[in-house]
Amino acid sequence: MTGPESLGDTDEPGIGPKNLGGADELGRGLTAPGRVGVRRWFADLALGGRLALSGGRESWTRTTLTAVGVGLGVALLLLSAAVPNILASRTERISARDDLRLSQSEIKPGDRTLLVSDFDTTYHDRGIRGRVLRAEGPAAPRPPGVAKLPGSGELVVSPELGKLLAAPEGALLRERLGGTIVGTIGDQGLGGPLEYAFYLGSDTITAGDGGARRIDGFGSQYEREGFDPVLLILIVIIFVVLLLPVAVFIGAAVRFGGDRRDRRLAALRLVGADGAMTRRIAAGETLLGTLLGLGVGAVVFLAGRQLVELFTISDMTVFAADVQPTLGLALLIALTVPAAAVAVTLLALRRVVIEPLGVVRHAGATRRRLWWRLAPSALGLALLTPLIGGVSQTGPAANEYQVAGGVVLLLLGVAALLPWLVEAVVARLRGGAVPWQLATRRLQLSSGTSARVVSGIAVASAGAIALQMVFAGIGAGYTTSTGQDPNRADLQFSLRNPAGHAASEAIAARFRDTAGVRSVTSYTTVYATGTTTPAGPDVPPAAGTVLIAGCAALLELADLGRCADGDVFVRQPSGEPGEWPGPGEEVLFGDSEDPDARRWTVPATAPTVAVRPDPMGNMPAILATPGALPAGDLRAGRTEIYVGLDPARPDAIEYARNTAAGISTSMSIYQLTDRQESTRFTTIRRGLYLGAILTMLLIGASILVSTLEQLRDRKRLLAILVAFGARRSTLSWSVLFQTAVPVGLGLALAVGTGIGLGAVLMAMVNRPVRVDWGSIGLIGAVAAGVVVLVTALSLPALWRMMRPDGLRTE
Amino acid sequence: MAIGETFLGLLESRPRHGYDLKRAYDERFGQGRALAYGQVYATLSRLLKSGLIEVHGIEPGGGPERKRYAITDAGVTDVQRWLTQPEKPDLYLQNTLYSKVVLALLTGRPAADILDTQRAEHLRLMRELTRRKSTGDFPDQLICDYALFHLEADLRWLELTAARLDQLAKEVSA
Amino acid sequence: MTAPRDALISAIDLHKAFGPTPALDGASLEIAAGEVVAIMGPSGSGKSTLLHCIAGITTPDSGRIVYRGRELSGMSDATRSALRRGEFGFVFQFGQLVPELSCLENVALPLRLDGHKRREAERRAASWLDRLEVGDVAHKRPGEISGGQGQRVAVARALVTAPRVVFADEPTGALDSLNGERVMKLLTEAARDTGAAVVLVTHEARVAAYSDREVVVRDGRTREVELMNR
Repeated sequence: MTGPESLGDTDEPGIGPKNLGGADELGRGLTAPGRVGVRRWFADLALGGRLALSGGRESWTRTTLTAVGVGLGVALLLLSAAVPNILASRTERISARDDLRLSQSEIKPGDRTLLVSDFDTTYHDRGIRGRVLRAEGPAAPRPPGVAKLPGSGELVVSPELGKLLAAPEGALLRERLGGTIVGTIGDQGLGGPLEYAFYLGSDTITAGDGGARRIDGFGSQYEREGFDPVLLILIVIIFVVLLLPVAVFIGAAVRFGGDRRDRRLAALRLVGADGAMTRRIAAGETLLGTLLGLGVGAVVFLAGRQLVELFTISDMTVFAADVQPTLGLALLIALTVPAAAVAVTLLALRRVVIEPLGVVRHAGATRRRLWWRLAPSALGLALLTPLIGGVSQTGPAANEYQVAGGVVLLLLGVAALLPWLVEAVVARLRGGAVPWQLATRRLQLSSGTSARVVSGIAVASAGAIALQMVFAGIGAGYTTSTGQDPNRADLQFSLRNPAGHAASEAIAARFRDTAGVRSVTSYTTVYATGTTTPAGPDVPPAAGTVLIAGCAALLELADLGRCADGDVFVRQPSGEPGEWPGPGEEVLFGDSEDPDARRWTVPATAPTVAVRPDPMGNMPAILATPGALPAGDLRAGRTEIYVGLDPARPDAIEYARNTAAGISTSMSIYQLTDRQESTRFTTIRRGLYLGAILTMLLIGASILVSTLEQLRDRKRLLAILVAFGARRSTLSWSVLFQTAVPVGLGLALAVGTGIGLGAVLMAMVNRPVRVDWGSIGLIGAVAAGVVVLVTALSLPALWRMMRPDGLRTE
Repeated sequence: MAIGETFLGLLESRPRHGYDLKRAYDERFGQGRALAYGQVYATLSRLLKSGLIEVHGIEPGGGPERKRYAITDAGVTDVQRWLTQPEKPDLYLQNTLYSKVVLALLTGRPAADILDTQRAEHLRLMRELTRRKSTGDFPDQLICDYALFHLEADLRWLELTAARLDQLAKEVSA
Repeated sequence: MTAPRDALISAIDLHKAFGPTPALDGASLEIAAGEVVAIMGPSGSGKSTLLHCIAGITTPDSGRIVYRGRELSGMSDATRSALRRGEFGFVFQFGQLVPELSCLENVALPLRLDGHKRREAERRAASWLDRLEVGDVAHKRPGEISGGQGQRVAVARALVTAPRVVFADEPTGALDSLNGERVMKLLTEAARDTGAAVVLVTHEARVAAYSDREVVVRDGRTREVELMNR
């Protein structure tokens, strides 16, 4: 590079020939007075770009800082832009392997058909997707990612499951699945890289009553459960909450080193650049930094997305290859970020007059006006208020744009209000100890920068608080009471059982022999429909579950009084006619359309008894002892086994599951729980916290940069304070306060806005407003952590600056 | 010091006796050295002869000290010309200190010591003047400053010479 | 050397190098209570480094500095800081006032660093500002006053703790002669009134003329010229 002599580390502010980095560049770059218009613009922008690179250490440090800062922001933006693709690819993969053929016409067995039955299982809290396959011909379809259908007793497993099976930890699972591993499921057959999945070959499963489905191909247009309006609004808000701070951060990154840049521009004015030119040159410098930032962002994004495969969020993992920004959004980022960067630079320079002999700042000149800063919040509230009470989980889709617009405006209101608030509060701070005085006075003189940066934290916190409130509130709606009673049993196993109660007892016996099982209760159930014609056209036929079990098991469900084999008991009618069949009524077992359905008449002598729910929360209509029913085909009968486990026995649940798998792969297993929370919420909440922490760290980074910059500018002053005997701790505290005061104010504003926004959102979905102080405390703690971290990281620099070298002027 | 022109300037405001003139001169410009009467009257008669002043009135009693002198138009013109004409800056191309330094170098004596001694002496005088300045009145301060700046100039030369003694030694011995 | 009778500070054979460049190469100096000593010398002669050493800001590589019978180089950083807070005052050439604090708060700062109450510190600061004829700028910030006023505020700050020694490093370096003279006059008079010694680093003879004696530093060494001063 034939650039000018390096600027070196000029400690003194001011303009000397030393500061005049790029003066000869300027000589070459100065445009002739006659040339005007676009060419001149470009010439000046290009000159700015050249100065950004060749202006010596000073300017390339600035350029690097900007590039890295913008790069981090851009990487996050690209990640967000990839979310639609991530979701789409995942949906595509999952529907491509779908085996639920809800076809109109029945498929006849043939060369091209395959029998499938589910063998989903859980192992040590890992959800495992399992399918048992049986080819009915040589041309049977293969699931995606499977090169060759497994033969009987053979397994094709996902890589992650393969690892688990090979590890000692997977011993019980190996036992459960049996079979030998003959292949691996390829990426195209998996929902995510860390998914647990397998295909087990079989030659025994049968269609129809055997429980297996017959299909002639994988993949479907089966519509997955869409996000309901409330969830959609939440997701929109999350994006706003996470992306606004990123925008704030990019804005801050563009201004890194701005003060020193201004002084260099003053030097350019000394050799003849006019005011408009300096602004264009500054814009050029920023533009170059930002363009480099786009490059950095792309690299960080490409490198970072490889890490995506390492993370699992509630059993969901993402392939790195799927993390691909939508073209439109990527283009939008590539165009908006540099444009916004230039706009921010020009806007910042509006308050600065760069004269040949120095830089004049109109800091105190314009008082911050309150009214327009309140406008976004007011507008946001105005948008949200009409929606109060208007959004429900099942109702018609809410106007997402209106909600999103309102939320964005309210949150922008935080960013707009904060500089005013900081200025207003700080101006009233008086006295205090020396560190406090130094910090508040500093903020009084120029609070703009810190307030701008902190507004990122404030927006993130306000959003997070509001969302947390919504989660806590709506969570109650999505956390359903199951009616199950885990005190009576831990697990329920159920299986088709057309054979009668004796078969159920046989299965129960195998569970009794299983290690870690403490109690086993077995029932056989069958759904029965009354044959009597209903009383009116709108009255459904009487129907209910007939539950068959021995007297001891029946006693758990009702106070029978006297019971012997052959007895039948009917649940006390509720009073409404024709709810379930009563004594003396004839019923059909199973599907009433089925011509072969068994008929049975409830004995007229059957006493009515008060029935209590079974452990799953269901209420049988008729309790029967095995002897009351004629032996033989029950058609739609099911075996239900309730198992209580020994809590002291580790892996008891896995032994029970192994037993189930040994009986039938299609046995369904249910873990009893009294409450169930929609897992989507846990996912979203976890994502929100992670995002909020990331955002705050990002903002913390930019606070750190501006703190370090400020320290560097005050090297001499710090050295002089040291000469006066100032303690390290005094100045360290002052640095801490200087960050903590704006952050504290930002947080206060954020808590206020967050609670307000949360309350409005809750009112919108008709839920009682409840403030979750715990999560507010958590967010406050994260913010405090960022303050402490920033201070801690700037202390070494502070202490280095506090050495007397800063006094040396010779 | 141009006594004649100073007298003319003093007479411009009002006519004065010869004794008045001497006193006014001593007070303002004498710096502790009074003019001799002879010098006063010699100057006055020179000015009379050139027509720059005239006798304005004689008080009874006779004797030169009884005469009052007034400035003529020609005298005013002369004062005007003198005041507007710049003084020729003094040049000190030959000075004793330089000779001392060169001689010391030529004879192998420590020249730096000469300079240090001289510096100490200069500073001693400057200290004295500074002290006088802080107790004296305003005109006194100005006069002291004049002297201080001159002494400072000398000291600067001393510093510069001290810093380049090696070079000078080479030149001298060459 | 005719040592001053009661040496407040004595520095003996100080050496200090920054990297390969020696800044001090055998400098010695004694300062008596209440005297005004000028340290003179050309740029880069090491006079500022000498000042930093005897003020306990920098530690010399070798040599001894004794202040009131205590060895400075043996003290911990904290002790030396406390010493500077309580017994020394400082005036520098420029950029020494904290820009966000008012002049009054700047002057009160050393007292507050030393643990004095704000009210008391500011009362004393105000009286010092008056004494240095800058009472009218007490509530202005350093950016709003002239260079001469700024230096006088700095002098007030150096004297507010009633120090035993005021260290002044080119205190008039950024001022014109007239302002420089006034600052020097006020500084030396105030120091004499309070009995503070002044160690004055300067390259200007007219400034040095405010001292009682001078010490010349050349190439990191002090030259013995005191004899001739007497």
